Amino acid sequence: MADYEIPDENFYTREDEWVRHDGDKAVIGITDYAQDQLGDIVFVELPEVGSSIQMGETFGVVESVKAVSDLYAPITGTVLEVNADLVEAPDAINEHCYGDGWLIEVECSDTGELESLMNSEDYIAFIKEREE
Amino acid sequence: MALRRTPLYEAHKELGGRIVEFGGFEMPVQYAGIKEEHAAVRERAGLFDVSHMGQIYFSGPAAVETLEKLLTCPVATLKHGGVRYGMLCNDDGGVVDDVTLYRIGEDLLFLCVNASNIEKDLKWIQSHSPAGAGVVDRSPETAMLALQGPSSTKLLSAIGADEAGSLGRFSFAPMTIGGVEALVSSTGYTGSAGYEIYLGAGDVRRIFDELLAAGAEPCGLGARDTLRLEAALPLYGHELDDETSPLEAGLERFVKREQGGFIGSVAIEDRAVQGHARRLVGFEVEGRGIARADYPILADGEGIGIVTSGAPSPTLGKAVGLGYVQSACAEVGREIQIEIRGKGIDARIVPTPFVQARKKAKARKR
Repeated sequence: MADYEIPDENFYTREDEWVRHDGDKAVIGITDYAQDQLGDIVFVELPEVGSSIQMGETFGVVESVKAVSDLYAPITGTVLEVNADLVEAPDAINEHCYGDGWLIEVECSDTGELESLMNSEDYIAFIKEREE
Repeated sequence: MALRRTPLYEAHKELGGRIVEFGGFEMPVQYAGIKEEHAAVRERAGLFDVSHMGQIYFSGPAAVETLEKLLTCPVATLKHGGVRYGMLCNDDGGVVDDVTLYRIGEDLLFLCVNASNIEKDLKWIQSHSPAGAGVVDRSPETAMLALQGPSSTKLLSAIGADEAGSLGRFSFAPMTIGGVEALVSSTGYTGSAGYEIYLGAGDVRRIFDELLAAGAEPCGLGARDTLRLEAALPLYGHELDDETSPLEAGLERFVKREQGGFIGSVAIEDRAVQGHARRLVGFEVEGRGIARADYPILADGEGIGIVTSGAPSPTLGKAVGLGYVQSACAEVGREIQIEIRGKGIDARIVPTPFVQARKKAKARKR
């Protein structure tokens, strides 16, 4: 498998989002695998601050030159902040998907939901499965 | 049907190309990234494997008259070593395929056809050709490269095809490149200057590798699509199909309307007399969003058409697209909206092509 950066401290979804939480607050983005699959990201559409997102439901889109991809909420919560820099510089997702390329920060409704997500080890195995 | 591979499939894998299905073939959509590959063609030279495309040969005493009947473009007047763009039309004036016609000799010609249409074209052609037209599908044994961009002539010269630079636009000649027999054609599908090279399936890997070693950058179908869109070149299945008349698509200059006598000519004229309900237009998105194929086109909230191709233009840094709109709404400058995920995003009908890559390259040289 190609060499993807999959940090240990995050949780992961089958739709290739990552979540990093600190208490009730969680930051969400897309994984290194996702950004590599998409290629040059040229557009993002994110929810408004104060809106709610629902685990498993779409909360926005990322677009590469070639295609539109839905973003799926890894957890349920209320949007506290969106990464406004991505409007002008969506390529930050390609450059630093776990850093400057973060998408939104949410207040989690139930941190227990995180239990149902994958840890880094499971997610790496999940990528391998798909690459075969 | 199983997916087919070109003779360069292994090369694409070795170069890290991302493989996708296109027209029944496993093809690279990108290597380094679409934006970078797009820039390579506009500024330097990009190399595409287009071996998926089909080549249907015609030879014999009935070759020219058969093609004259099959094609919207004039055939008999084409000089030896000349290339013409044209269309195969059905009896209703719809487009069976858009093709390039090559004349090798008096009675020897071939059509380069879209990969996804090879079988359909062959059936259509065979059912409208006498034995004397000598129709043969040489797609399986023919490989094809497209070397596109301002440095293309220099790179071909570097691998021994010095004569390429003397080819006029839309002409071709047989050349020997490093011991390999090839047809080098001054044509392309990117809007930039460049060449298309036809050669044997067994020879293509060597020439592909030599061109890369000389400095050509490998490019995939993703960049090919954004390049052709900037040049407003139609893509079969998007801007053209079995129902669309060439005139609706704005391709009148490739139709011998006065000469007539080709399959579909009567229907095309009938449809023109009745008046076309829709026209193909180019547009730029002015609001925030990217138009994609099948998105509705609106004017003052009412549906007036549909997007056929749309993408961000890497050269212009904004989203552009092609689409069909009601003829009454097709004038350049008109404000329209593209419906993107339920919202009407402002756009405007603009002249095409969106990018004049050729002129720009010349202006820079002066």
